[in-house]
Amino acid sequence: MKSVLAASTAVMLAAPAMAEPQAEVLHWWTSGGEAKSVAVLQEQFGAEGGTWTDMPVAGGGGDAAMTALRARVLAGNAPTAVQLKGPAIQEWYEETGLADIGAVAEENGWADVLPEQIAEHMKCEGEWCAAPVNVHRVNWIWGNKQILDEHGIEMPTTWDEFNAAAEKLQAAGVTPLAHGGQSWQDATVFEAVVLGLGGPEFFQQALVDLDPEALTSDTMKQAFDEMRTIRGYVDDNFSGRDWNLATAMVMNGEAAFQIMGDWAKGEFLAAGKEPGTDFVCAPTPGEGFLYNVDSFAFFEVDGQDKQDGQALLAKLIMGPDFQKTFNLNKGSIPARTDVALDEFDDCAMQSNKDMNEDAADGSLLPSYAHGMALRGAPAGAITDVVTAHFNSDMSSEDAVQQLADAVANAM
Amino acid sequence: MEWLERNVPKLVLAPSFVAILIFVYGFIAWTAWISLTKSRLMPKYEIDGFGQFERLFAAPRWDVAMNNLFIFGGLFIVISMVIGLLLAIFLDQKIRAEGVLRTVYLYPMALSLIVTGTAWKWILNPGLGIQETVRGWGFESFTFDWLIKPEMAIYTVVLAAVWQASGFVMALFLAGLRSVDTEIIRAAQVDGIPNHRIYSAIIIPTMAPIFLSAFIVLAHLAIKAFDLVIALTNGGPGYSTDLPATYMYAMAFSRGDLGQAASSAMVMMGVIFAIVVPYLYSELRPRRDH
Repeated sequence: MKSVLAASTAVMLAAPAMAEPQAEVLHWWTSGGEAKSVAVLQEQFGAEGGTWTDMPVAGGGGDAAMTALRARVLAGNAPTAVQLKGPAIQEWYEETGLADIGAVAEENGWADVLPEQIAEHMKCEGEWCAAPVNVHRVNWIWGNKQILDEHGIEMPTTWDEFNAAAEKLQAAGVTPLAHGGQSWQDATVFEAVVLGLGGPEFFQQALVDLDPEALTSDTMKQAFDEMRTIRGYVDDNFSGRDWNLATAMVMNGEAAFQIMGDWAKGEFLAAGKEPGTDFVCAPTPGEGFLYNVDSFAFFEVDGQDKQDGQALLAKLIMGPDFQKTFNLNKGSIPARTDVALDEFDDCAMQSNKDMNEDAADGSLLPSYAHGMALRGAPAGAITDVVTAHFNSDMSSEDAVQQLADAVANAM
Repeated sequence: MEWLERNVPKLVLAPSFVAILIFVYGFIAWTAWISLTKSRLMPKYEIDGFGQFERLFAAPRWDVAMNNLFIFGGLFIVISMVIGLLLAIFLDQKIRAEGVLRTVYLYPMALSLIVTGTAWKWILNPGLGIQETVRGWGFESFTFDWLIKPEMAIYTVVLAAVWQASGFVMALFLAGLRSVDTEIIRAAQVDGIPNHRIYSAIIIPTMAPIFLSAFIVLAHLAIKAFDLVIALTNGGPGYSTDLPATYMYAMAFSRGDLGQAASSAMVMMGVIFAIVVPYLYSELRPRRDH
C-alpha cells in the first residue's frame, strides 16, 4: 500500500516536471479484435513519449462506459479522451463543453481527407472536438456463396429480388435470413429497408430530420410491410440470438443471408473464410451508404501534460498509419480517404469506393440504428416501435402512427 | 461515564442512521426532484413540472411494462403461494427423507436469478429445449414456443420465477405448520374431524401472519424483478416482457433520458408504497391484546 502511494506520488510529482503527454482513455473496445486494435494506438502513443492510462469499461455496447463517464464528469474529473460517437458528441458538448482540437486538425489538414458528412459529426459549433477512427458500413447483406450457387441466386439488388430469392430458398428448406431478435438488430434491418425502399432523400427526411409527414407516409408503410415479410424469412429460434451467432449460421450453411454491418466480416475472416469464395458481401438492396463512425472526443482538462496528451492522441488517431493498422484489425475502413487500401479485402475496398461516390452525391447517410443520426431518446423511441411491430402482428398503419407519436413524445 | 453508558446505543446506531438517511431517503428525494426536471444525459436542477410523467404515461412501452408487472406479480405471488403451501402440507405428513426433499425444493432459491434465467432460456428455447426434445421423441407437431411469442413470453418469466421462489415459500409455510399447537390438532383428531378440515379450519387460519410475510416477500421480489427478465428474455420479443425496472434501466443507462428514468422510478415507488404501507400500518399499530 505504502509503495503504491509512493509510486503514485512520484508519478504526480514527476509528470508536470517533464510535461510528457498524458492521456487517460475511456473506451469499450474489450473484445478480441477490438482490444488488439486499441493496443496499436496505445503502442504508438507510448512510442511518442506519452503515458497512456487505459480505462476500458466492458458491457452493454458502451452503456457501462457511458455510466462511468457520467460519474467521472459529475465528480469533476473527466477522462482526457472518451470513445464517443454521433450526436452524443454534440450532446456532451452542450452539457459540459469539449476541448477544441482545431489546432491539430488544421495542422494536419483533416478537412481535406475526411468526407464532409463525417467531418460534420466531429465538430461542435463549427470547431473540431472529436477525431474519427473508422467507418463501418451498416447496410451490408452477407450471403453464403455455396447455398446461393446451389440455388442459382444472385445477390439481390432490389427488395423484390430479395423476397423472390427468400421464397425460393424457403421452398427448398433453407432458412433465408439469419437474424437475431434483439431490438438493435431489428432496427438495423429496418433502416436498410427504409433506405432501400425510400431512397436516400426519404431516409434523410424520415430518420434524420424526423419529418412527421415522412414518418406517416405510404413509403414508411411499405417499409413496415417489408419488415412483416422479412419476419417470415427468419427461423423460429431467433429471439435473443446474438448477431455473431446469426453470422455463424450463414457461415455454416444454416442460413443464406444476413443483414448486418461490416463487423460481421470480422467473424467470417476470423473463421478463415474468404470473401468471394466462401461468402459474398453486397450493399443491401437500393441506393446509399449508412455509416457508423467510431470516434474519440476530448473533454476539457487542466494541466499542460494532459492537453499535450489530447493533441498527440488526436494526431495519432487521424494518422494514416494508425487508421490502416486499426481498421485492418477491426474490419472497418479508414475514415481518411487517402489511405492506401492494398492490404484490405474486397469488401472493404468496395465500401471505400461507395463511400467516396456516395459522399459526392449526398447518399452517404448516418445510421440511426447505431446512434449516428439521432440522440438517445428519439432513436430509442423509434426502435421501440420497430421491434414491437416486428415481434407482433401490429399492422403497418398502426406502426406508422405509433412511430409518429413516439417520436413526438421523445422530443 | 454515565453519560457514555446511556448513550452508547445511540452512538453505535448513529452512523447507520445517517447513512440510511442520506443513501436511501436522500436519494429518493433527489430522484423525485430529477423526475420534475428536463434532465437528459446529465442531471439538471431547474424544476419543469410534471412533463416527464406525461411523457411516461403516453409511452406504449410503459403501458406494457405496467401491465406486465400486474400479470407477473399477480400470477407469481398466487402460484408460488399455492405451490408452496401444497408442498409444505405434503412434506408435513411425517414422510421419510423429509430433510432431503426439503433441501431439493429449497435449492433453487440458492441460485442467482441470472442463472435461473439463463437455464430457463435454454430449456424454453424451441430449437434447443423442451419442444425439440419432445419432437425428438416422435411428437412432430408438439409446440411449446412461449418464449418467442410476444403475448405469451411474460408467462415464461412467471414460470421461471415460480420455480425459483416456491421452495422458499414452502419453507416458510412448513415452519408455520410446525408452529401450530399440536394439542389442538390432537384434540381435533380425537373428535374425529377429517384431515382436510383440520387444515382448512384450524391450521391455515392460525398461519395468517405467515401468509402476510410470504406475500410481502414475494411482492417486493416481483416489483424489483430485473435480472430474471434480463437473463431470460432481455425484455423481448420486442419489448413485450419489459417490466418497470427494465424500463427504468433502459431510460437511465442506454437512452440518456434521466428524467424519464426518475419519473418511472417514482411510479414504481408508489406501487411499493401501496403494498407496504398497509402492512406497516397493520404491524405497527398498538395491539389491543387482553
